[in-house]
Amino acid sequence: MTTGAAPLLKVRNLRIALPAAGDRLFAVDGLSFDVHPNEIVCLVGESGSGKSMTAHAILGLLPPQVRIDAGSEIVCDGTDLLQLGEQGLQQWRGNRIGMVFQEPMSALNPLQRIGAQIAEALILHARTLGAEQVRQRVLASLAAVGLPEPERICRAYPFQLSGGQRQRVMIAMALINQPRVLLADEPTTALDVTTQKQILDLIRRLQRERHMGVLFITHDIGVVADIADRVIVMRQGCAVEAGTRDEVMLKPRAEYTRALIDALPGRRPATQDEAGGSREVLLQIRGLSKRFVTGGSLWSPAREVAAACDIDLDVREGETVAIVGESGSGKSTLGRMIMRLVEPDQGEILFAGRDILKLPRRDLANFRRDAQLIFQDPFSSLNPRQKVGEAIARGLIIHGEAPKAARNRARLLLDRVGLGAWAAERFPHEFSGGQRQRVSIARALALQPRLLIADEAVSALDVSIQAQILHLLGDLKREFNLTLLFITHDLRVAGEIADRVVVMSQGRIVETGTPAEVLGAPRHPYTRQLVSAVAGTDFLGQLAQDRAYIEALA
Amino acid sequence: MKPALLAFLRRPSGVIGLVILVFVVGAALFASAIYPGNPWDTVATPFTPPGTDGLLMGSDSLGRDVAAGVVHGARISLLIGVTSTFMALVVGVLVGAIAGYSGGRTSSLLMGVTELFQSIPAFILAILLVAILTPSVATITFAIAIVSWPQVARLTRGEFLSLKEREYVQAARCLGESPVSLMVRYILPNALSPVVVAGSLSIATAILIESALSFMGLGDPNMMSWGYMVGTARTMIRQAWWMSFFPGLAILLTVLAINLVGESLNDVLNPRISRQ
Repeated sequence: MTTGAAPLLKVRNLRIALPAAGDRLFAVDGLSFDVHPNEIVCLVGESGSGKSMTAHAILGLLPPQVRIDAGSEIVCDGTDLLQLGEQGLQQWRGNRIGMVFQEPMSALNPLQRIGAQIAEALILHARTLGAEQVRQRVLASLAAVGLPEPERICRAYPFQLSGGQRQRVMIAMALINQPRVLLADEPTTALDVTTQKQILDLIRRLQRERHMGVLFITHDIGVVADIADRVIVMRQGCAVEAGTRDEVMLKPRAEYTRALIDALPGRRPATQDEAGGSREVLLQIRGLSKRFVTGGSLWSPAREVAAACDIDLDVREGETVAIVGESGSGKSTLGRMIMRLVEPDQGEILFAGRDILKLPRRDLANFRRDAQLIFQDPFSSLNPRQKVGEAIARGLIIHGEAPKAARNRARLLLDRVGLGAWAAERFPHEFSGGQRQRVSIARALALQPRLLIADEAVSALDVSIQAQILHLLGDLKREFNLTLLFITHDLRVAGEIADRVVVMSQGRIVETGTPAEVLGAPRHPYTRQLVSAVAGTDFLGQLAQDRAYIEALA
Repeated sequence: MKPALLAFLRRPSGVIGLVILVFVVGAALFASAIYPGNPWDTVATPFTPPGTDGLLMGSDSLGRDVAAGVVHGARISLLIGVTSTFMALVVGVLVGAIAGYSGGRTSSLLMGVTELFQSIPAFILAILLVAILTPSVATITFAIAIVSWPQVARLTRGEFLSLKEREYVQAARCLGESPVSLMVRYILPNALSPVVVAGSLSIATAILIESALSFMGLGDPNMMSWGYMVGTARTMIRQAWWMSFFPGLAILLTVLAINLVGESLNDVLNPRISRQ
């Protein structure tokens, strides 16, 4: 893809110094790369690798505590952006360089109509335009990003749009001044797979049509496989590998890149136990329904959302069942209803033959010993004022264990989840996300539950950490003889860990089957859509073929 | 708490407030050592200006030492300020916690009662209570506590409402924690920072209310108080400014110091404000 033309964006020896208290000296250390017209360059790396810092440095959006070293150069169209003052940079931001952020909700002003916000981006850099011209340009930009009824979107407020629509609006806004360079910082991370697929296609299409250079920042190597022309793999502020997509993805030279690609869920064969058809049914759900009613006042009718609609599901002892669906499909509510954190409207949940919805208070406490939940966000699922050891020991103490024995058990468990007994005396804020998730797992396992519900337990983690946690869960499952209900939006994760996959959409179960059936030959149109939307699917297929080919040659 | 303490000490306004406060507390603790004897006793010629006859702040219309009054007055101000706020915190946190955690009808009922108290102007209610119950340290403290707890209750309820939805609280529920344990072990420690800040600021308000009550002659007749001194001297402010000036200054500095400390505590304890 690299043409002979001069690069649109040239970054040379970029060095960003962190404040003295940071975990390393430089957020970005000696990074150099080019973005040419007509190509998408992906900066890929895990959180803390310095990829977002790089994008922010280009537009002068770094926080005041960090400093760019004197030797660094960021040249765009012959101008060194680092030499420009704040005023000079304003001419570039949104004009010659467009930017799309990760979280479309917080990047839009919630109190202003969409049309006005896009118009503002235009007027800032083209003051001479008349009102009608502005309107036409705004409508055209909304149409260009594939939004239906641009007129209606113009009048809407951000909260009235879906996540995908908002991200399209952000792209329209970033592109309205026809910049040659687009910076996209994790633009699809907050989106569902199907929406992610659409947004990636859109960025690719617009980039081709307008011959732009795109710097695309992501942590997801699957996304890289789908969209990149060239790839730069970053780790701890340094580029560990750079090259065309096929070079990097198919023949990775750096150990780290290989680890990243291997950590992609779905790359390893599913570790299926002998799925016990003969084993007892541990959890039996019949006709479970729940509707949430929101809003509803004198002026607006109440909005009803069906989180669960007549759900039937059996989970056998020792089985791993993955519940897959997009956000809003009701999968998390299902997990919470089983834990009785949310009371269902109708139906029954039988656990080992007893309806837990009718349990008296004392028996409910016993049931809670048998079923535990791991939450998605490791940062909010631990009490910030409670030592980690105490958090784990509490469960045992509540159920009658002597405090001393409980604390000893907590230390053993911390050791078992790979943290070491020293962790017991620390507070949660001293741990990283992956470590906290290990603590959450230890807390859930302390009571030796029979059923473990993992609600998006690895979604907030980097891929390599994700792989470690999945591995740990797999080991613990065998060791503790657990039944695992794994709630996830990520089909790749589901395919890797589950004996059986259940697909949910709008509160209903639309498809059930083994991972091979559901992912390999989906029957329901919704599942088919989900499967085809998974980033990197084509690439993984190609990779498998290539490997087979190479093996055949050997 | 170490880093919080350090962050607090890095704020000049907080440190200034703390220094003034140390002086006021010192005066209250060692009043009988600094000015032995009864501050009500006549010790000099009436209307002696400050600086003469060894009187630092002069004497009042009955020949009492104003400086002795100011130092002894610190006792009553701090005593009433701290105890009434403590009572308000206990009641307010209890009501707010139960209302915030339980929700539904209990919450509506408790908040209804809280609003009932808030709908009466605080100072008028305090005057009314003290007048009915006859003025004494105990009744004044009680009256101030009665008018201060509703704010604490509302604040605590708000914190509980948002914290009870947190995942760590739900996780604790899954472990089988009882509601009381959830409130005491998981929610309360995380809700306490804003409540502590509000409490520190409400000490200042309590001191002001006490001064105002004494000013109006509703103070404890046996205790020398800043408000009482300002109140009795106000008619002679042109002839003998020092009689009302020094106790007034004492009120101003004490309230200011507590507010400075409270604001700094807020900056330090409130996680939503970055600790730069």
